[in-house]
Amino acid sequence: MSKVLTERMKMPTQAVEERICNFKEVNLGYTLEMAQTEADRCLQCKKPMCTEGCPVSVKIPDFVGAVYEGDIPKAAKILKMDNILPAVCGRVCPQEEQCEKLCVLGRKEKPVAIGNLERFVADWERENIGIASNASKEKTGFKVAVIGGGPSGLSCAGDLIQMGHEVTVFEALHEIGGVLMYGIPEFRLPKEIVQEEVKALEKAGVVFIKNYIIGLTETVDELLERFDAVFIGVGAGLPYFLNIPGEELNGIYSSNEFLTRINLMKAYKFPEYDTPMLSLEGKTVAVFGGGNTAIDSVRTAKRLGASHAIIFYRRTQEEMPARAEEIHHAIEEGIEFLYLVSPLKFNGDSNGWLKSVTIQKMELGEPDHSGRRKPIPIPNQIEDIEIDAAIVAIGNGSNPIINQTTPDLNVNKWGNILVDSETMETNKPGVFAGGDIVTGGATVILAMGAGRKAAKSINEFLKSKKWNDNNNIVSLPEW
Amino acid sequence: MNKIVEAEFLSDNIKKFVIEAPQIAEKRKAGQFVVVRISQTGERIPITIANSDIEKGTITIVVQGAGKTTNQILQLEAGDTILDVVGPLGKPTHIENYGNCVVLGGGVGTAIAFPTAKALKKAGNYVSVILGAKTSSHIILRDEISEFADEVYITTDDGTEGLKGLITVKLKDLIMEGKIDFVLAIGSIPMMAAVADLTRTYGIKTVVSLNPIMLDGTGMCGGCRARVGGKNVFVCVDGPEFDAHEVDFNVLKQRNEIYKDKEQLSLHQCNIEKQAVLLEKQQSGE
Repeated sequence: MSKVLTERMKMPTQAVEERICNFKEVNLGYTLEMAQTEADRCLQCKKPMCTEGCPVSVKIPDFVGAVYEGDIPKAAKILKMDNILPAVCGRVCPQEEQCEKLCVLGRKEKPVAIGNLERFVADWERENIGIASNASKEKTGFKVAVIGGGPSGLSCAGDLIQMGHEVTVFEALHEIGGVLMYGIPEFRLPKEIVQEEVKALEKAGVVFIKNYIIGLTETVDELLERFDAVFIGVGAGLPYFLNIPGEELNGIYSSNEFLTRINLMKAYKFPEYDTPMLSLEGKTVAVFGGGNTAIDSVRTAKRLGASHAIIFYRRTQEEMPARAEEIHHAIEEGIEFLYLVSPLKFNGDSNGWLKSVTIQKMELGEPDHSGRRKPIPIPNQIEDIEIDAAIVAIGNGSNPIINQTTPDLNVNKWGNILVDSETMETNKPGVFAGGDIVTGGATVILAMGAGRKAAKSINEFLKSKKWNDNNNIVSLPEW
Repeated sequence: MNKIVEAEFLSDNIKKFVIEAPQIAEKRKAGQFVVVRISQTGERIPITIANSDIEKGTITIVVQGAGKTTNQILQLEAGDTILDVVGPLGKPTHIENYGNCVVLGGGVGTAIAFPTAKALKKAGNYVSVILGAKTSSHIILRDEISEFADEVYITTDDGTEGLKGLITVKLKDLIMEGKIDFVLAIGSIPMMAAVADLTRTYGIKTVVSLNPIMLDGTGMCGGCRARVGGKNVFVCVDGPEFDAHEVDFNVLKQRNEIYKDKEQLSLHQCNIEKQAVLLEKQQSGE
């Protein structure tokens, strides 16, 4: 492989002026030639730091090496050993914080585009030879219920079926995929790709039951009567609001509602689809927050015709938790950013429609417990800004349905399920949990990592029937 | 997919459906609802469960034609299927022996009040029911309610049946006649607001069931938030029933009008499609 420094292969994208008028994917993906050229940049380190940065420990140099050799089926096989949803992760993982952050090349120039290569391999496999389904030939006869069809549930189900267990996934909504379907927009993650992955799992033998809410349609205790183990991966739940006056005004959405209307219910195709959305054509839309969900929301508002789609964030770009590529794309698309502002109240007209927001200007003080500099108000720096719609994207609390209907399940004061961080065991024998319901709002890949960890210990539990009563149940740190 | 086993008009614009949903039938309690979607392009709408039959594995819902989706549902017949039915959602009604109860059902709200009224009776209460509607043909479930209720009164705006006037007039009569311990009111927003105002004066505990715009019905979107007791609540997981004296009915009304223009457009298109189908049938000589 080449030792000469070369430039990182750019990801081809849809032209800005085109893409802000459609919901098609922004990134177009590498060609085989581009992928091989980029793979050639990999130094094939003996001790690969990149793999250590990956929450599911993908053997990155191995799959990148296979890409360089042009053996894409082999690359896919290597990837799938550790990551069952590479087409998704290649698109939505914060690689700059994980594998690519630790890439040795990154010390002198730009790191290898690991995420782009992962995406290429997964897309190539799907388009050319079909997604391989790795069902185990030997059946164990054990039955596992997986609650929630999102990233943690899918990865847990994918591993369990490979281990030979019978797996049934219960999903509350009418589509499988969780946040991949209702949350992440089409222009970042095409829904067809998610459904292809789901189909591959179905082919491998996973049974999916939609419109079924564990806790209400059937309780966890009832599941335990007909399944040998249960995995709870119900994700984050109730959206946080700002809790400031005027939040009930018409025109104010949680990002969950706004994105669900658009992504899951296809309100951007109204009236072909029946779910409506406010007309944002020519309007000023304010999005409060600085994470991926905030950026997804503001870029969606732009595509719905907003003349001003603005991020209101109480810190600065430096502290924004959103993925770097998304911020970059947002800037290209003409998204406006108002930093160091904190909303005090929403103001409406006599009919209850949002007209403006009163904001407090902030400055950065000392670092807080998250290590980021804490925003503090600047006295007397308050102003009104006219807006037509607002989207609140400041995170989610836990959904209470499972907790309320499973009273003996231990949760912390925020309602997050307490687990042993090594085994993902809860305090309830046979019940495991992982993903956002344990950690609070985090990333797709962390949820997948938790699902896989749980699958491994579910497998051990089923075989040994041993439940470790002295398990080390702790509240995981907030992300 | 859930099969409709029975479909019957209760009035010109209100239809009762008995649907196969064994798991929901087994679990549901009075006051809970389902979310329904009828086609791949359809919206998700909440509908309260009016009744269930555990042995037959069915639930009963009662639908009033208002927007596009509800009007499409009215066209469904026995043997048709509903694509998605999910539930039971929301908290069940708190039932106890209060003593003297008055249950008010306005229009299609009667169907929602029906299971709770029955449960109140079963808990040992003396249950008086007042059914109110614009006109006699809009009064539903009078026979079913008469079967168990201790007293049944009817009020119509036009006087075609029972007492002429608003439902609150009859309620005030009952309050004057004797001690009332508990009132449940389910109907239009103005009706529930009027009942709340009246019973507040007399300090009678009153519960209403709210029907805001919903999406998932499981607490995930927050679209159904309402102001109750000066706080934001999510009707789908915190309700749908609340203390009537704490509910801000103005906010409820305001938020239910968010998509008014869109709903009209949708309904208009739906009517055009209906007419087009009719026209096509006429032209093809049917």
